[in-house]
Amino acid sequence: MSVITVPGTGAGGWRCAACDEDMVMKPVELTYLNSQFTVELPVCPQCGYVLIPEHLALGKMYQVEQLLEDK
Amino acid sequence: MEQAELRQWEYKCIQEESPRCTAACPLHVDARECCSLLAARRVDKAWAVLAKTMPLPGVLARICDAPCKAACLRKDKGGSIEMGALERFLADAAQSPKPPRPLPRNGKSVAVIGGTMTGLCAAWEIARKGFAVTVYCTRPDVGVVLPDGVLDGELAVMDRMGVTIERDAALTPELVEAQLEGRDAVFIDSDGVPETMLTFGEPDEITLGTNRLGLFVGRTGETSPVFMAAAGRRAANSILRFSQGVSMVKSRELEGPYETRLYTRLDKVDPVEPVPADGGYDEAGAVREAARCLKCECMECVKGCVYLKHYKQYPKVYIRQVYNNEAIVRGTRQANKLINSCMLCGLCGTVCPEDFAMDDVCLEARRRMIDKGTMPPSAHEFALRDMAFADGVKCALARHAPGATESEYVFFPGCQLTATDPGGAERAYADLRARLGKVGLILRCCGAPARWSGREALFEESLAELKAAWEGLGSPRIIAACPSCIKTLREAMPDAEIVSHWSILNALGLPETALRAGGTLAVNDPCAAREDGALRADVRGLLDALGVSMVEPEYNGELTQCCGYGGLLNEVDPELGQAAARARAEAVAEDYVTYCAMCREMIARTGKRTMHLYDLLYPGDGEPGARPTPGHSERRENRVRLRERLLRELWSEADGVSAEDFEKIRMTCTEAGAAAMEARRILTSDVQKVLLQAERSGRHLVHGETGRFLASFRPAVVTYWVEYESRDDGYLVHNAWCHRMKIKGGQP
Ligand code: SF4
Ligand code: SF4
Ligand code: SF4
Ligand SMILES: [Zn+2]
Repeated sequence: MSVITVPGTGAGGWRCAACDEDMVMKPVELTYLNSQFTVELPVCPQCGYVLIPEHLALGKMYQVEQLLEDK
Repeated sequence: MEQAELRQWEYKCIQEESPRCTAACPLHVDARECCSLLAARRVDKAWAVLAKTMPLPGVLARICDAPCKAACLRKDKGGSIEMGALERFLADAAQSPKPPRPLPRNGKSVAVIGGTMTGLCAAWEIARKGFAVTVYCTRPDVGVVLPDGVLDGELAVMDRMGVTIERDAALTPELVEAQLEGRDAVFIDSDGVPETMLTFGEPDEITLGTNRLGLFVGRTGETSPVFMAAAGRRAANSILRFSQGVSMVKSRELEGPYETRLYTRLDKVDPVEPVPADGGYDEAGAVREAARCLKCECMECVKGCVYLKHYKQYPKVYIRQVYNNEAIVRGTRQANKLINSCMLCGLCGTVCPEDFAMDDVCLEARRRMIDKGTMPPSAHEFALRDMAFADGVKCALARHAPGATESEYVFFPGCQLTATDPGGAERAYADLRARLGKVGLILRCCGAPARWSGREALFEESLAELKAAWEGLGSPRIIAACPSCIKTLREAMPDAEIVSHWSILNALGLPETALRAGGTLAVNDPCAAREDGALRADVRGLLDALGVSMVEPEYNGELTQCCGYGGLLNEVDPELGQAAARARAEAVAEDYVTYCAMCREMIARTGKRTMHLYDLLYPGDGEPGARPTPGHSERRENRVRLRERLLRELWSEADGVSAEDFEKIRMTCTEAGAAAMEARRILTSDVQKVLLQAERSGRHLVHGETGRFLASFRPAVVTYWVEYESRDDGYLVHNAWCHRMKIKGGQP
């Protein structure tokens, strides 16, 4: 499956507090209502904690959720 | 929805029926569209509307005797539209559009014998259908003198359409015989031929057919030019059917004038005199006259409903969208939001001349979506969670009055009143006990949100619990204050006697606490009171006793409008819900008083001073109209605290519900944080769960510059993110957001 990149998505200064690591961009699998996407997102390279930034959650991600709900 | 059901609904909505002018015109000229364009000074376009429908428009528009005038709805409001004079103005002033393009030639030929208006129009219409036509006449003669070149111009158009005109033809019975022999059909224009040729008897009224196969004849003595044209068109239709071998009579009711079912309300129309037409109109006069046209349509339901207006069409169109939405197997269901946005308030069915109830359509559609599993999961989730909370251990309660072992009545304030005005509910209960004695109490939701969302099974479940609680108290009479509760419970619990708090108060008299401040207030009837005249009268009786002078908004009483909360609109489309509340707020200049907790909240949130009747009957400390409108979390807390307080103070019981771990998390919010939570429907409890999870797991992010923390948690189907600071006295929340998509294999 192709990896989706959403422009403007980055760690925005956040880093993993538990591992003391900077986040790196990595493909992450997201699922909703029987659909699956691979999206490039900021991830802690050590523990794998994923960040979903505010603008993504309320923007593109919300649009896709609504679309899938109407399918 | 079955197709038959769709058809029935479609038939009910008469918005697409013709206006009376079009129905009365034997050619069905669209006078409404023509006037509308002319009123906008679009002279050429207005003319094109006529030219599209009329045969020989240059001629007919100048001589039409306008039978539409007698039918025009403007008649009793100043006088009918001067359509004939407008047509003459357009014929003179407009640029002619390109003449109509006939259908491709079908290889058949027709003779028209006689050259009056009837014969010429028949030739025009027959040629448009793709036949080759020859007109046999002495000379074309439309019976009046027209400006030079007008008739010749139209004859030239006919020539290009494939019509040959044989002038000075010998009009004899032999000609008819010869033509019947050599052509596919013959039409005799009986006013344009010698009487000796009329040997075929009266033609059939509908088909104009005779007992000679293929021979059609116009009826004699027609003097109205437009009816002559209509006879020509009727002949053309018959000849086409005849040549195709299809039924000659089926579905021809709408040829010629008919009765229209269109309804147009006139009570707000001011009479305007016609612009005098003697000597013909100049452009200014014609435009003014056209502007008098009422553009007849129904739209009664749409006028009163922000929801119906928002989707830009009317129920006949919507019902098809609902039907199509259901038929989709794979692909996007475009009408989900349409279906979920109706406030189920019942206004449309009340104003519709045909009782079209959009609420029935939408509620049924929601139920079928639930059955089929196609309801969008997020649509009503927040409201249903709130309902579950109101019915849950922290809020629900059923008790006899303190010290009593039985109940004559039970007070049921409903989940919205206890969420928004717990003090008012408490004082009301005290008053009822003081004056009626054995009044028990039930705190919970009536189930309306489940019903509105189409979840009948959930509704039944909640109802069963309510019934059990009520029966546990000995099935006493239920005193309910909320009109939605009253309506819902009366429908769902026919065995129970449900009395409104307002009727009880009318009988008992005002409570001691009542504020007899007087003044003028506008009364807002909630939509649940639409069919309950007694309820509305009781409320007015109380307001009268309080010395209030009442003002009624235009839409009120039976015709009241929903505040935007009904049917869960405000959950599905908050913007539209707020638009409904604003429409309500803007309807009157005075402050409002209402008797539904949600109406009060919705309207007050627009900034309009609005009080609940409890604010006057059972006032708290503040000014009645200024009581704040609590946010989502506070509404929940209000219910919880009310239950705790009543248990402790009235029944000397502890609440018996141990606090969950997350509830011990101490947190406050910045203003921005609180606003984000409220707008995104994130509850304090959701945030507390995130913070507890971060505290326990130690997993969270930290910001390189601000030093703030960020953590997420997914308690059920939504993932919440919280940006916060850790302080000595707990956490300070700066921001929060959420999403429904799940991170696969990610953090909990
Ligand atoms: S009121 Fe509405 S639903 Fe009824 S006929 Fe008119 S437009 Fe159609
Ligand atoms: S007011 Fe206009 S639309 Fe209505 S009947 Fe008269 S001409 Fe037709
Ligand atoms: S909101 Fe009310 S008036 Fe509007 S369509 Fe629904 S039931 Fe009818
Ligand atoms: Zn880490």
